[in-house]
Amino acid sequence: MMDALGEPQSVLVLGGGSEIAVATVLALPRARLRRVILAGRPSPALDAAVSTLTAAGIGGVVTETFDAVDTASHAGVINRVFDGGDIDIVLLAFGVLGDQAEAEADPDAAVTVATINYTGAVSAGLRVATRLRAQGHGVLVVLSSVAGDRARRSNFVYGSTKAGLDAFAQGLGDALHGSGARVLVVRPGFVRTRMTEGLAEAPMTVGPDDVAKVIVTALRKGRETVYAPGPLRFVMAGLKSLPRPVFRRLPM
Amino acid sequence: MSNVVSPLAKRENEQILSGWGRTAPSTAAVRAVATSADICDAISQAGPRGVLARGLGRSYGDAAQSGGATVLDLSALASIDLDTSSGSVTVGGGASLDAVLRALVPAGFFVPVTPGTRMVTVGGAIAADVHGKNHHVEGTFGAHVSRMTVVDGRGDVTNLTPEATPDRFWATVGGMGLTGVIVDATFDLIPITSSLISVDTDRAMDLDDTMNRMIAGDDAYRYSVAWIDSAHPSGRGVLTRGDHTPADQLTGDARSAPLEYRPKVVATAPKFIPSGLVKPLTMRAFNEAWFRKAPKSRRGEVQQIGAFFHPLDILQDWNRGYGSAGFLQYQFAVPEAAGYLVGTTLNALRRIGAISPVTVLKRFGASNPAPLSFPQPGWTLAIDVPAGVTGLAATLDRLDALVLAAGGRLYLAKDSRMSPAMMAAAYPRLGEWQRVRDDMDPHGVFTSDLARRLSL
Repeated sequence: MMDALGEPQSVLVLGGGSEIAVATVLALPRARLRRVILAGRPSPALDAAVSTLTAAGIGGVVTETFDAVDTASHAGVINRVFDGGDIDIVLLAFGVLGDQAEAEADPDAAVTVATINYTGAVSAGLRVATRLRAQGHGVLVVLSSVAGDRARRSNFVYGSTKAGLDAFAQGLGDALHGSGARVLVVRPGFVRTRMTEGLAEAPMTVGPDDVAKVIVTALRKGRETVYAPGPLRFVMAGLKSLPRPVFRRLPM
Repeated sequence: MSNVVSPLAKRENEQILSGWGRTAPSTAAVRAVATSADICDAISQAGPRGVLARGLGRSYGDAAQSGGATVLDLSALASIDLDTSSGSVTVGGGASLDAVLRALVPAGFFVPVTPGTRMVTVGGAIAADVHGKNHHVEGTFGAHVSRMTVVDGRGDVTNLTPEATPDRFWATVGGMGLTGVIVDATFDLIPITSSLISVDTDRAMDLDDTMNRMIAGDDAYRYSVAWIDSAHPSGRGVLTRGDHTPADQLTGDARSAPLEYRPKVVATAPKFIPSGLVKPLTMRAFNEAWFRKAPKSRRGEVQQIGAFFHPLDILQDWNRGYGSAGFLQYQFAVPEAAGYLVGTTLNALRRIGAISPVTVLKRFGASNPAPLSFPQPGWTLAIDVPAGVTGLAATLDRLDALVLAAGGRLYLAKDSRMSPAMMAAAYPRLGEWQRVRDDMDPHGVFTSDLARRLSL
């Protein structure tokens, strides 16, 4: 149970190796935290996430095997976690960037990006929402992206999956309105992580810790949508209003 | 159109519920029950999230809410049967003390214990084992209950008394609704000849002065409490102490109708209040005015029941004054020797800007046999705090550790943030209570957000 001062007792991370998710768990108030489930594919990144959280003094960190692509397995994992006790915060943090050129050359690669980022999130998101609704409280934090605000030539496959995810998460939030459970949609810009390693940094680039701080503040304030960093909201509002011939010519 | 029912669809009678502090809400299906048979029905139909009875929602935290559960509204169980010959009353679990007082006072009786609001149900008063200004003399509400009808987790309607079923009786007193649903209860009354209270008021110049006066003088009074200026570094306060006024001491109009009782609600707080109202500046001004309003020393002033016992009830929904962030009340009980923690707490909270308009200090008398009953001999301090104050969580955790080390504990009816470890350590009889609870509710039907949060 989340207490009166916003201190959570339990967190489920879907995409447990995510650097943003790990940074977010580290940034959460932890005085009452006693159960952290990192769900993901067995990997060095998942092991490293467990070590990082445990080394930081967070108790009760466990892993669950979760594969975004294997949607048939989602119900089993998610129900097992919720059957073990109420979950206060769920971070839906899995996703891949993919390579735009490769996706264009090999549509199967594009389908994989879409399956993980969108289809997998729809499957997991609905199952989590059902359990949050049944327990009458809790927050689902969905890591969307500014790339979903408007698809760009240079990465529209990824952007379109995030656009779909974002629309899904907003609708899910509306469906849960008044249920005691809610959805927080987070739209980070360029974040310095393994996923973006080697890419040229965009303006307003931030680290996972910065996104984590934005998420924790948004959770405390009960927000529904946040950008990270916050001022990206205005940048994106501007970009979204540009006519297409102009937007197309932008060097990005 | 398919016939599939979405698991995300709004359920029937669903309501967002929170405590008086309006923090950490959750949603439940609210079901009105009018008889013990209705309660048995609700228990037999309980889903995996269980059942919980809710009274008037005056517990500050998450005691009367249970996410996803069926929450029972007992307001139809409001019968009041006064037995003037024995001086006792049998009341439905959903009846409010407000309704009980309206029925009793004109007949020459008063409830054995009243908390700072009369807007609580009898079921809630027993479940939280509430105390009032007479605790140092007469103990808690539960101590005056001679029997109660309780539907337990098996759906059995049982009659509990301290003599025949002491374990179950005392586990239900202070049991926070987790042992069963209180259908009705019989309790002893205080006979009165007037509806008025003779009150002595004293201003105390600092905390030591306040506490010394209470130690020296409390025994002479049936009712005693001190209000503390939480904004002032001295901890100055106003003591109000008194007893029921005998009718033969009345003068003027009151003499002709000594038992007349017409409690007033003057105003209802507006629905939307900005969070900025309860801020250090306004609170300092309020505390200053409240202190100066009190006479330096006054003897035998005659006050109405409402003004003396329930001053906050005059403004309905005053909890909205804290705005959307909500608030909490920190209330601890510590042994006599740890009275210094009153000052420690006031100072610690004032340092982080958590200044309260409602800060109450009282001396408790003896405990009763209930394993989870809060009062214990010594001091109790209750202080309201806006939930949005920076550094509050860590400050209260530090104070918890001091309270625990001193042999003290926190009040479950007020708590909304202590740790499960604090709970288990401060209530060493928790295990004993859990065994009786498991016997009364073997399938874990009764649960609440508080029970989940504290692993009760």
